[in-house]
Amino acid sequence: MSLYVDIKKRYKTFTLEVNFSNGDGTLAILGASGSGKSLTLKCIAGLETPDEGVIKSGDRTLFDSAAKINLAPRERNVGYLFQSYALFPHMTVWDNIAIAIRDRAADKTAVIKALLERYELTGLEKRYPAKLSGGQQQRVALARIFAYEPEILMLDEPFSALDSFLRENMQIELLRIIAEYNGDVVLVTHSRDEAYRICDKLLIMEDGFIRRGGGTKDVFADPGNVTAARVTGCKNISRIRRLSEHRLLAEDWGVELETDRKVEEHHTHIGVRAHDFSHTSSAANAIDVAVERVIEGPFEQTVLLSVRGGARENIWWICGRNEDVSGVDRVFLSGGDILLLTSGVVAPSRNVL
Amino acid sequence: MEFAPILISLRTASVAIVFTFVIGTWLAYAVYRTKNEIVRSIADALLTLPLVLPPTVAGFFLLYIFGVYRPLGSLLAQIGVKLVFSWPATVLAAVVIALPLMYRSAKAAFTQVDPIFLQAARTLGLSERRIAFRVLFPLASPGLMSGGILAFSRGLGEFGATAMIAGNIAGVTRTMPLAIYSSVSGGRMEEAYRYVVILVLVSFLFVWILNFVSDFRSKKYRLDAGRR
Repeated sequence: MSLYVDIKKRYKTFTLEVNFSNGDGTLAILGASGSGKSLTLKCIAGLETPDEGVIKSGDRTLFDSAAKINLAPRERNVGYLFQSYALFPHMTVWDNIAIAIRDRAADKTAVIKALLERYELTGLEKRYPAKLSGGQQQRVALARIFAYEPEILMLDEPFSALDSFLRENMQIELLRIIAEYNGDVVLVTHSRDEAYRICDKLLIMEDGFIRRGGGTKDVFADPGNVTAARVTGCKNISRIRRLSEHRLLAEDWGVELETDRKVEEHHTHIGVRAHDFSHTSSAANAIDVAVERVIEGPFEQTVLLSVRGGARENIWWICGRNEDVSGVDRVFLSGGDILLLTSGVVAPSRNVL
Repeated sequence: MEFAPILISLRTASVAIVFTFVIGTWLAYAVYRTKNEIVRSIADALLTLPLVLPPTVAGFFLLYIFGVYRPLGSLLAQIGVKLVFSWPATVLAAVVIALPLMYRSAKAAFTQVDPIFLQAARTLGLSERRIAFRVLFPLASPGLMSGGILAFSRGLGEFGATAMIAGNIAGVTRTMPLAIYSSVSGGRMEEAYRYVVILVLVSFLFVWILNFVSDFRSKKYRLDAGRR
């Protein structure tokens, strides 16, 4: 199975221009709200119509503006898990699942019973959605989608309505479901953790464009541009001036740094993840700092550092909860942990994943 | 006081509401589904017009269409159907006058259904017809029912258009509102008083029931359960 998307849709103040093809595996679209990621999903499902372009699932053309092909949502064979699940409130769990089963299914009752069992809903079949917990609602929504046997499964912020404990459980649950499912999976999320855990491929969207695409682990290890660095959770970003092949000046911090990778002309920024600083193990780069503020979390502490010498920007540092950070005046940074970035407007013309 | 007007009124309103409900809901669904905004707004205005015009204007148009010397009226006459000044004309008048109420209630009810349920139904492969009957209409049912009751009550009280197209024939087309008019113009105030009391009580009963209809289904399930 594969998914090919090349579409444009214009609004008065927003343009969506998305171009990617996904060969195999699960794909996450990561971006802030308003970046166009849900709109992309709705265009694939046929709930929104692009102004122009092509959408293909395998050999099937779902949309082609030039050939005037625009399949109705029900002909597209796309399962869509809505953020709010969109269970029909006037139907019981049983009816919610039953309505999605295709007419050609031989024994509806048996199919429904199997689905109820598989999604641990046995005993709840006579309940109305309002009487179910969030996790149960999500399982009904999934059972309903799989009753329909879709070719592509699309998940639109599937965990945002769940509390954090349930969220972790459902993420594990979903990984199991995806492993058993042999269609395409597209996940839309603003959570980098979800994208990282669930999907092996990643697209990063901003303002209607794809800013970065690739294997999830590759993109997290080397975001490549400022947007991707931010969206993947890089807290420290500074403009740079290139000094030599392996040396640069981080302008916002006012420090010179050694890098392992070659600094190229098109590199305009660097990013450093907050975890990558250390105050104990010495590394290639030492930065003289003062502790401005310490924010204690349950498992780690976030430390705001000011760089000595009148730097414009502070540095975020995250370290273990038990570290004594009060007297820290110098942090170390390995040259391999410096992410070399281009400025945000580099949009790859074609994202073949 | 005669009982005939009471029976005629109830019979007229009961038969009329079947037509009003089906036609009004269908028109509302058709307008709701229309994507062209100009067509939609014109249709909306036309269908609301009988609500604001005097019923005599509706009566005038009905006479204009169904009068025995008009094309449609004479055609009906040829096959032996004389609509004007017959009992079915009271039904016709009640349907035309009550239709805007049903139409507007139904359209508002459809608009209030969260489109996400319709989108979900579409991605689950349901046909538009099935979506209408299994998802849209059930979710809009409190609004449809209150529209139906409103339209029924309006049909019960219809006077102007009925007088013009059905006349005031005792025992045939004399509904309660017409009976009240006849009684007053004949100086029989006592009789008019009784009809008035009955009409007010019956209408009150239905409008009162209206209050419970909107709560009726939501007790079993919350309509907003899809959003959390």
